[in-house]
Amino acid sequence: MFNFLPELKVRENPSSIMNFSVPVVAVFLTIVTGSLIFAMMGFDPIFALHTFFISPISNTYGISELLVKATPLALIAVGLSFCFKNNLYNIGAEGQLTMGAVIGGGIGIYFHDTQGFWVLPLMICGGAIGGALWGMIPAFLKIKFNTNEILTSLMLVYIALLILDYLVVGPWKDPNGFSFPKTRKFGDSGRMPLLFSGLRVHFGIIITLIGIFASWFIFSKTMLGYQLKVTGFSPVASRYAGFSQDKLVYIAFIIAGAFAGIAGLGEVSGPIGLLYRDISPNYGFTAIIVAFLGRLHPIGIIFASLIIALTYLGAEDAQLFMQIPAAVGFVFQGLVLFYLLGAELLVNYKIVLRKRV
Amino acid sequence: MNKQLFLAGEVKMIKLITTTIFFLGLMLGSANADPKKIGFIYIGPPGDHGWTYMHDQGRQYMESQLGDAVSSTYIENVPENADAVRAIRKLAASGHDLIFTTSFNYMDQTLEVAKEFPDVKFEHATGYMRADNVSTYGARFYEGRTISGHIAGNLTKTNTIGYIGSFPIPEVVRGINAFYLAASKVNPDIKIKIIWAFTWYDPGKEADAAKTLINQGADILVQHTDTFAPCQEAEKAGVLAFGQASNQEEFCPNSHLTAIEDVWGPYYAERAKAVVDGTWSSSDTWEGMDKGMVVMSPYNAKIMPSDLIQEAVAMEIALKDGSMHAFEGPIYNQAGELMVPEGEVADDGMLLGMNWYVQGIDGELPQ
Amino acid sequence: MNLDIVIGIIQIILIATTPLVFAGIGELVTEKTGVLNLGVEGMMLVGAVTAFVTLVITGSYFLAFLVSILSGALMSGLFAYLVLILMSNQVATGLALTIFGIGLSSMIGKQYIGTPIKGFNPYFFVVLSFVIVFLVHYFFYKTKLGLIFRAVGESHHSSHALGYSVIKIRLLGILFGGSMCGLAGSYMSICYAPMWQENMIAGRGWIALALVVFATWKPRRILVGAYIFGGVSILQMNLQAWGVNFPGQFFNMAPYLATMIVLVIISSNRLRIRLSAPASLTIPFFKGR
Repeated sequence: MFNFLPELKVRENPSSIMNFSVPVVAVFLTIVTGSLIFAMMGFDPIFALHTFFISPISNTYGISELLVKATPLALIAVGLSFCFKNNLYNIGAEGQLTMGAVIGGGIGIYFHDTQGFWVLPLMICGGAIGGALWGMIPAFLKIKFNTNEILTSLMLVYIALLILDYLVVGPWKDPNGFSFPKTRKFGDSGRMPLLFSGLRVHFGIIITLIGIFASWFIFSKTMLGYQLKVTGFSPVASRYAGFSQDKLVYIAFIIAGAFAGIAGLGEVSGPIGLLYRDISPNYGFTAIIVAFLGRLHPIGIIFASLIIALTYLGAEDAQLFMQIPAAVGFVFQGLVLFYLLGAELLVNYKIVLRKRV
Repeated sequence: MNKQLFLAGEVKMIKLITTTIFFLGLMLGSANADPKKIGFIYIGPPGDHGWTYMHDQGRQYMESQLGDAVSSTYIENVPENADAVRAIRKLAASGHDLIFTTSFNYMDQTLEVAKEFPDVKFEHATGYMRADNVSTYGARFYEGRTISGHIAGNLTKTNTIGYIGSFPIPEVVRGINAFYLAASKVNPDIKIKIIWAFTWYDPGKEADAAKTLINQGADILVQHTDTFAPCQEAEKAGVLAFGQASNQEEFCPNSHLTAIEDVWGPYYAERAKAVVDGTWSSSDTWEGMDKGMVVMSPYNAKIMPSDLIQEAVAMEIALKDGSMHAFEGPIYNQAGELMVPEGEVADDGMLLGMNWYVQGIDGELPQ
Repeated sequence: MNLDIVIGIIQIILIATTPLVFAGIGELVTEKTGVLNLGVEGMMLVGAVTAFVTLVITGSYFLAFLVSILSGALMSGLFAYLVLILMSNQVATGLALTIFGIGLSSMIGKQYIGTPIKGFNPYFFVVLSFVIVFLVHYFFYKTKLGLIFRAVGESHHSSHALGYSVIKIRLLGILFGGSMCGLAGSYMSICYAPMWQENMIAGRGWIALALVVFATWKPRRILVGAYIFGGVSILQMNLQAWGVNFPGQFFNMAPYLATMIVLVIISSNRLRIRLSAPASLTIPFFKGR
């Protein structure tokens, strides 16, 4: 009889082969399941997979779009890895992104008719500060009042979205915009420079790469990174080692918040150019998938962000060329995470197959 | 179990689509000239029986009128953010000759793509920014509100009308004002209660707003949100309602007085024809009943007396031939200032930027 | 203001609040056993669409509600398999469930948007929601099994040592949560606003999650909290209709702000948090550890 409850043994050390192969397996299983779904819907699975995964990136523009989409996802995800490695479940990146866009974007609106090289850097700082402050709230509440950061960071997402809503419907509304819920445009100095003419990939990707490199550096070369890792792995050991848990909580949330805030600012000062209610297609939540799919490792996150970005582009092409509902993209995102999380078991545990007695 | 049934239905549907594509392909092969490709960007799904549904009806009408000369594609559920650029561009880059972007918030995105594709023509619904290859178009829905207001003024027993607004933008405010002007003309005691839902689309919230208004004494509901939830609530409570965007009588047969339908078909056919003929040029279109862009659904004889139906039809004729205007002076704002003098009508500039209530409406417009 | 209007407002609040009660009490039972399922919104959407499609195809309300409960349970069963057997991270799995549910429900419902149906009397479910809340209360505080459920949520290792199957209890908790979310979804698409529209749950699942915290994991307080949340949003509409003007966004923030305040109050006191929140919430159980 097949045993649904396999016996498990904890591995002494997490398997590094498994660590690497689990995301690959998850993506592979998602593609297999995806082709089954396409076949069940009556499509030629090969053609559908090609439309979904290959055709969106078969030209320069497509690749640029993939990077545009991956830019915020990777930056947020790498920021979140500071929290997740430390077992701090910050699921409020969407709120931190929104507040980054609000503060940084607010600066952009204030200086909309000012020219100057300093406008964009100021906006980026504003984005980082907005996100970091919003991220500090759950950290502060956790340290001071012992509140659960999962719940507070989630609540703060909705509060941030409503603040943005209030601003664009009310005080920050474009005076020449016929009362539509949007702000005036940022000036040219407040826009992310484009890297290639005719393509939307913008300076934000450089910021993302710097963020990823900085994280890699912090994690592998600094005492802080070591502390973060040890605390996540064994809080007791870290306390014995004299690390200040409170300080680490603040640092993790501030980094995650600042990265999400910069990502939000990058989105509004990059492809969008103004503020309105619908600035992010849930990048803050999707980045959680990216962080896990990338196994909280900077390099892994780069690949994961590209894969998840592709599910968005693929869903659009599938709709345009095959009349497949775009929602299939969300199904794929859910599936890849299910497979990943399920297969993650293999990293930390050994399966001992035994007949049930 | 039901999932399998769903899949069976889905497969049938897909087969239908693939056969259509197959035959389209045959026609492509045999037709002399290449058909012009017309693309549509939708904010919602075409089945919503509201805004997107009517654009899709327009698309189908266009295809039926122009036959082999055009073929059309749409992308649905396109969010109003940076993703819209990619969706619009995808249509432009895949050989579409004319692209309709059917929501206000696609404005900047449409212009951005249009700059890159000067040979592709774009049409942006309800916007106000144009370019050499970008037209704008909209409909004077407020003319329909005038007729709704007249009907409501005659039929209300409680002298209270419930109005569900989406956002306090000129388009919606214009509708409220036109409605109130017509209603108060036949019934000076009429009161209009307004709830802003601050969403175009949340069936639950729209139902709550409808119930609240009915509970506060409204016996006729008007809505400027997208789902048919308010009309269903009216049906349940036994009060009257006007449909929005499309004829919604099937959802509320005993309370649906009429609806203001957005009829885009003739415009889409005309513009597509212009592309086929090579005569397309950038323009700003804002048409009403006279051009058939705004159409009243059949008046419901079950609940409307026949003389009132006749009055409504007469108003339609008057609005079409210009002997009547939705905003005829004198019109005062809430502060009592004269906005439109006697003998004049509001000009389009005033209508496009309307962000004030006319005198007689209680409450303050959220700014 | 006369009595009729007051009664009317109460009726509107009852109808608007009921889906929050169902989803909230379901999630409460799940969390009581020590598992946090963030998939509420996704399960509600799948419940809403499966109920709607079943009703359109079979014409049977009974089948529609049954199918919604089963599909909610199925969704949560998937979650349970991942978090209990494969010991995946609860937070990430729950989010994946919501994203998956959004996609799945849109795909299932594609052909059914704008299909007219006749709504079902909501008051049956209003009453049922109260009954379920009180049954859950009775179960937790008056029955032995309920005590075991709570014990599992408090300390899975001691419960295991006492010979209780932690996995089975948690599975039951998760499945109950999923069923209730499915039912809440079907109430949305068949009673509250009888139609299917994509994403029609419109964030109510997230409010239900806040509600469990607001209720400090006490079943009867789910009712109190849900009616405060629901009441605030309906009151806001009434004020508007009376001509009182204010930015509605601040009213809509109230549930989230209130939840944070409650969380701060109960968490700041070690004893109080011990008495309210399940101690092993989100901590996976592994026998060998």
